[in-house]
Amino acid sequence: MNTEILGVIATYGLTLLLAWPLARYIVKVFRGDKVWSDFLLPIEKLFYKISGINPKEEMDWKQHMKALLTINLVWFVYAFFALLFQDKLPLNPDGNPGQSPDLAFNSAISFLVNCNLQHYSGETGVTYFTQLFVLAFLQFVSAATGIAALIVVFKAFKDKTVTQLGNFWEIFLKTITRILLPLSIVIAVILIFNGSPASFAGKDTIVTLQGDTVNVSRGPAAGFIAIKHLGTNGGGWFGANSAHPFENPNYIGFITEMVAQVVIPIAMVFALGMFIQRRKFATVIFAIMTIGMICLLIPTMQAEMAGNPALSHMGIQQLTGSMEGKEVRFGPAGTGYWSTVTTIISTGSICGFHDSMMPMTGLMQLLGMMLNCLYGGCGVGILNYYIYIIIAVFISGLMVGRTPEFMGHKLEAREVKIAALITLLSPFLILAGTALAAYVLVHHPDASWAVKPGAWLNNPGYHGFSEMLYEVTSANANNGSGYEGLGDNNVFWNVSTGFVLILGRYLPIIGPVAIAGLMAKKKYIPESAGTLRTDSVTFGVMTFAVIVILNALSYFPALALGPIAEYFSLYR
Amino acid sequence: MKKYLLPSIKLTIVLVVLLGGIYPLLLAGIAKMAPGEGDGVTVTHNGKVVGYEQIGQKFTEDKYFWSRPSAVDYNAAGSGGSNKAPGNEDYLKIVQERIDTFLAHNPEVKKSEIPAELVTASASGLDPHLSPAAAYIQVARVAKARSISPEKIKQLVSDNTQPPVLGMLGTPTVNVLKLNVALDELK
Repeated sequence: MNTEILGVIATYGLTLLLAWPLARYIVKVFRGDKVWSDFLLPIEKLFYKISGINPKEEMDWKQHMKALLTINLVWFVYAFFALLFQDKLPLNPDGNPGQSPDLAFNSAISFLVNCNLQHYSGETGVTYFTQLFVLAFLQFVSAATGIAALIVVFKAFKDKTVTQLGNFWEIFLKTITRILLPLSIVIAVILIFNGSPASFAGKDTIVTLQGDTVNVSRGPAAGFIAIKHLGTNGGGWFGANSAHPFENPNYIGFITEMVAQVVIPIAMVFALGMFIQRRKFATVIFAIMTIGMICLLIPTMQAEMAGNPALSHMGIQQLTGSMEGKEVRFGPAGTGYWSTVTTIISTGSICGFHDSMMPMTGLMQLLGMMLNCLYGGCGVGILNYYIYIIIAVFISGLMVGRTPEFMGHKLEAREVKIAALITLLSPFLILAGTALAAYVLVHHPDASWAVKPGAWLNNPGYHGFSEMLYEVTSANANNGSGYEGLGDNNVFWNVSTGFVLILGRYLPIIGPVAIAGLMAKKKYIPESAGTLRTDSVTFGVMTFAVIVILNALSYFPALALGPIAEYFSLYR
Repeated sequence: MKKYLLPSIKLTIVLVVLLGGIYPLLLAGIAKMAPGEGDGVTVTHNGKVVGYEQIGQKFTEDKYFWSRPSAVDYNAAGSGGSNKAPGNEDYLKIVQERIDTFLAHNPEVKKSEIPAELVTASASGLDPHLSPAAAYIQVARVAKARSISPEKIKQLVSDNTQPPVLGMLGTPTVNVLKLNVALDELK
């Protein structure tokens, strides 16, 4: 068998093997069982003491959300000003300038919401100080925010009738000290021993074998790369992200980073079943998510390995598939797998440039981000899937003529309204945002921004439209990958995607937590013969159908103008 | 809101110290034991550092194996791909020019034998590798430019080929810089 495909299968298999024990560990941590990492308890206690937090104080869902939003606001203010004045702060060996206000706004928000759009380039747009103390910091805490919100929902599912759902600070801090930090250290050490730099040395100057003088950017990148994947953040240390040979040095680095980015999202699905003791319910969800991923993965790998038809037409060989914007050490199969995983979960790191991939691949990437629930980002993936479950329960209830119930609680108008609003939010943001960008491009091509709208696009025609659609979709999904040809460092894109990022992050967290919190307060109804079973294969298929139909209806016209039209013009 | 503000600020400060300060310092310490001591692994020739093992460099002379085209001209203080779409007409013209240049320097090679990676830009612009096929196709030119037998050079490519992980996962690669250093050391 082809060694590239074998590499992909082995990487996925290894992920599953590691996700299971990780899930058991996560459940033990949040149930409060004894675990090996309890030796960290004194440090956590010290943190509570300094911060004036009582970790035993129980909170209801509203208090959880208030704490979550408050600390997020603090991070935003801190990040914005640090990026703005980074040229005056220490640890800037390469002498990089401060960010413009609109860029600092965009960068702060996009790292705050676990997106990492990065309208700057890592080598020149940030300093070691902001990379470490602002961006890497936000990569940890934004992932922990998502996981903490999910754990609150787990707690709401678990008990029959409950209002008190644990302490936000405790769940949040434990996510960092017990899960993200130890795993990051392991991943970073593997990368260091495969060639990723980790010292604080600045640029080096060398004379190459052929006699050219070249500057080489370096820096303490390994730790950043570890949390960028474990936290499904995706923002790279270097401009070329995980395609950069320092950021992703070889195939072992590839496997390590691939496992790191999807292991927590998968483990959280397993953990759901263990935590609420409904294994079958979680198994069905896992199966549906996996089937969804495979539906996106196969066309992607097929298209990339077959190569670019326009190059075949020129009469050269494409034995290794389409190679524009790809690295030899990963090959098109591995790069295709990466591009699927990074778009279904909200990482958005890349090991090959999406802008240069085949139109079929682009379609799959866009779909992955539009669904945003196949495994999904740290914590938020299951929250997004949960909304689809609510819609599916509601529709099934209508179909069989029974009051819809979920986890032993009645699902009523209020909850369904919230779910419907969250479902409509994504198409609204994506389609309206893209339409606005296209309008500005056509009617105001000479607006005097840092990049004129007329010069935004790096490619003409349908693909140019896809560049704008991709940018807004990525912002809404908090993904962070991009069609990087788009000239996005200007006031229009920085501000517009900034607002899309905020709405696309916080409403889809608050909505599901509110639904779960509201339902958990209601009277518990024991299961009877008349209960719609949500852990059956039938219900799994029903949820899958809801996901497909909702998204097809929302996005088909936009996709037809972009990747689908490009496909038919390239393969004519 | 007020109730949560002070704990938020204090917790943020201690976490910034832990995650932004202690964590990377710990890793920089561990990296002292790794090859390259966390500064990146260098390649030396005649006692002089001629580059980093991971960072590709430009080779355009006939006597060296060429590296892949780069959208950033192998500027290792920047990085990136062309971001050109597969059907972009301007892009296809550039590829055609690269094909013509390659054929002019390699008269022994037929167009249908040129591997796509030699006429397409890599993602990072710093790709240090070639596939074995893309190295072997250049053997005749290098042999002629150096007046060495092609067999000897083929052997060198074979010696510098890194097989897939465990022989079965991923792609085989040839590090262009190491191969060219080995070429210079042949005599």
